[in-house]
Amino acid sequence: MRYALTRLLQAVPVFVATTFLIYFMVWSLPGDPIVALAGDKPLPESVLRSLREHYHLDEPLIVQYGLYMAGVFLRGDLGETFTGQPVGELLQDRWAVTAQLALTAWVFELVVGIALGVVAGLRRGRLADTAVLAGTTFVIAVPVFVVGYTAQIVLGLNLGLFPTAGTDQGWPGSYLLPGMVLGSFGLAYVARLTRTSVVENLRADYVRTATAKGLRRSRVIGRHALRNSLIPVVTYLGVDFGNLMAGAVVTEGIFNLPGIGQQVFQSIQLQEGPVVVGVTTLLVMIFILANLLVDLLYGVLDPRIRRG
Amino acid sequence: MTVLNTARGAAVLLAAALALSACGGSDGKSGGQGAQGGAKAFSVALNEPDHLTPGNTSSSYSITVLQALFDTLVVIDPTGKPQMRAAESVTTKDQKTWTIKIRAGQKFHNGEPVTAESFADAWNATAYGPNAWTNNYYFTEFEGYDALNPEEEGAKPSTDKLTGLKVVDPATLEVRLKEPFSQFPITLAYTGFAPMPKAAFQDLKAYDQAPVGNGPFALDGAWEHNKQIKLKRFAGYAGPRPAKSDAVQLKIYASRDTAYTDLRAGNVDLLQTIPPASAGEAKKLLGDRFVPTASGTMDYLGFPVFDKRFQNADLRKAFSMAIDRQAIVDAVYDGAFKPMASLVAPLVPGYRENACGETCVFDKAKAKALYDAAGGFSGTLNLYFSNADPSYEQWMQAVANQLKENLGVADVRFRKIPAADYLSTLREKKEDGPYRNNWVMDYPSPQNYLQNMWGDGNRMGWDSKEFRDLIGKANAAPSMEASIPLYQQAEDIALREMPMIPLWNWQDQAGYSSKISDVHIDAYSPNLDTITVK
Repeated sequence: MRYALTRLLQAVPVFVATTFLIYFMVWSLPGDPIVALAGDKPLPESVLRSLREHYHLDEPLIVQYGLYMAGVFLRGDLGETFTGQPVGELLQDRWAVTAQLALTAWVFELVVGIALGVVAGLRRGRLADTAVLAGTTFVIAVPVFVVGYTAQIVLGLNLGLFPTAGTDQGWPGSYLLPGMVLGSFGLAYVARLTRTSVVENLRADYVRTATAKGLRRSRVIGRHALRNSLIPVVTYLGVDFGNLMAGAVVTEGIFNLPGIGQQVFQSIQLQEGPVVVGVTTLLVMIFILANLLVDLLYGVLDPRIRRG
Repeated sequence: MTVLNTARGAAVLLAAALALSACGGSDGKSGGQGAQGGAKAFSVALNEPDHLTPGNTSSSYSITVLQALFDTLVVIDPTGKPQMRAAESVTTKDQKTWTIKIRAGQKFHNGEPVTAESFADAWNATAYGPNAWTNNYYFTEFEGYDALNPEEEGAKPSTDKLTGLKVVDPATLEVRLKEPFSQFPITLAYTGFAPMPKAAFQDLKAYDQAPVGNGPFALDGAWEHNKQIKLKRFAGYAGPRPAKSDAVQLKIYASRDTAYTDLRAGNVDLLQTIPPASAGEAKKLLGDRFVPTASGTMDYLGFPVFDKRFQNADLRKAFSMAIDRQAIVDAVYDGAFKPMASLVAPLVPGYRENACGETCVFDKAKAKALYDAAGGFSGTLNLYFSNADPSYEQWMQAVANQLKENLGVADVRFRKIPAADYLSTLREKKEDGPYRNNWVMDYPSPQNYLQNMWGDGNRMGWDSKEFRDLIGKANAAPSMEASIPLYQQAEDIALREMPMIPLWNWQDQAGYSSKISDVHIDAYSPNLDTITVK
């Protein structure tokens, strides 16, 4: 418990530093977001002024940041977008979409990735192993958007197995294909990590000992080899949550899912500081939580870590 | 054991995902089918609108929605002529004071009658500076505009009513302009001039999310951001264009490539903007359900005339003659756009096919001769464009190659500017070379192009008293017909001096599914009311 609390407290400076840095970076992009709002048409000076005042763009950066953070912590107000939509509301709407997508992808890479890795590891050097190796190499080499568009055209449009885009069918229907596309990259890593780990552990002394004691093979593999093999995999799966969020920017775009990723992309283009900071804050918290969970899981997998 | 644990973990996560999908459940199956529900309904692909208050948006996506929800006073027919819609007549004696008679018996979706006040209220709110609405500048020519938009820093307007707007009686609105303006009736077709009911002003923020209009369709439920906007036929509509279908689902897409895939998959019935790269394929796939529509949008190459090196008109003309417009249009836009020898788009009344004469015709030898006679160009030629669209860079490179090859300009560099910074760069006159310029038409009048792009305070820093006087005369002409020769004379002057070269006119490409018919998309409206569902 104390361990968990310390870890959470450590997150505070990380949080402040990250959000300020992001705020600073968004606003130091060249260009005037307010002027760009109207496209090629002129906005009268009086209108420009009202907008700048409303969004505090006439204040120095540090004051803007201060006002924003005060709003967040005193009133729970995350600011509003240039179209006047409260950021809090917006994230609420979009959050569920991204969470469903990321979880689908994550479960997919966890279940399928570990299964493939174990199979490959146990049958090292045989056809199954080679097939997994080739498949994962391919997936890692091809960019996400190529996989995405190809899957959309072939599996969605031509074969009609999945909806091509949107969230009309809700979960899981609308999320299966984008989830698999998003998860494919991580899946390749999970499979390879598991495979390497399994191969290594099968050669370890304690496995030989366990086999020598006359334990059944299934028990040797399940209880001894796999348990230890999963430590690097769990670490990866924790960190990978962040990758999933980054990948969501592309995947949500291709499959037209109105999630956080799409929002980040739009907001950076429009230089909407509060939105970008709001989302980043959330992402930072997810990263911290995911890492915390990983650390706690180590204890479960390896009692030595728990006691130490 | 561990494998079991992992499995259990996965089950917990799946349960969590299920729970999440349950709370976002309104977007599930029920939503999609509710719109269809046996009734005659179709779907249209759209990008997320910015606002839905008529005075506060100039985004084409918002306008698609507003054109279904609102009847404006006037509409523009496919030939570019104004026709009355919510108005019975728009008349004037001196082009300065206009009397608008409103057609009787019109109602808003909430039952409120549409009166002269509905228009006056909406226009006052749009013109009021502190509201910071996008269409504010459309009212600059109204009498009393300045009082609502004080120039000085920190000043608060003394009033929130335009003195140039007078409600004579519930069916009569009087408008007084600062200067005579013969094009006024046609400007009223713009959705920024739509009426708003009294109820809107109790909560303008809520109204922006759920606008109440006077058109053939009404909003059906809340605007589900980034997902959909549902419309249903307005039973109380008594105007000239009742809706032929029962409901429209406006599906929101983040990318038009995805929207196009969905059109192919039959998940959406109408897409107004097929990506240019897919045009060839779409034509084959859709046959006569592929509809190219003329657009008012034009691309130009502007010169910083305020820079000494670009002050010779002959040099600017030599540039124009050295550019092979057709070759660029073919290479970059697959031949879909139209090379231009006029400053206004072909759909504008008063357009002349070859207003420019030989100066807009590609002629390598003449260009080179004119260029040499004008003294040529020395030093670095910087070409400016924004990064908003990859095709901008493609055609700028083609222009650069042609200038190099045909004129012998040795040192050409590209200045690619972030989209958010591009307009400020031009506004502050920070550019020192030719730049990409673009005009999206508001209403089909030569005035909309000439005055905004070549008139007072233009970006080129070009000034011609003759031009300004002609525009003034045309604006004061006794009728739209009488104004046209005067605008054409002004156009001739701008072409003769050529501070900005016309390049090409855009074209949109729409497509629709076999489920719908009677699609009448034109440059002014998608006309969703005419569409029937099979």
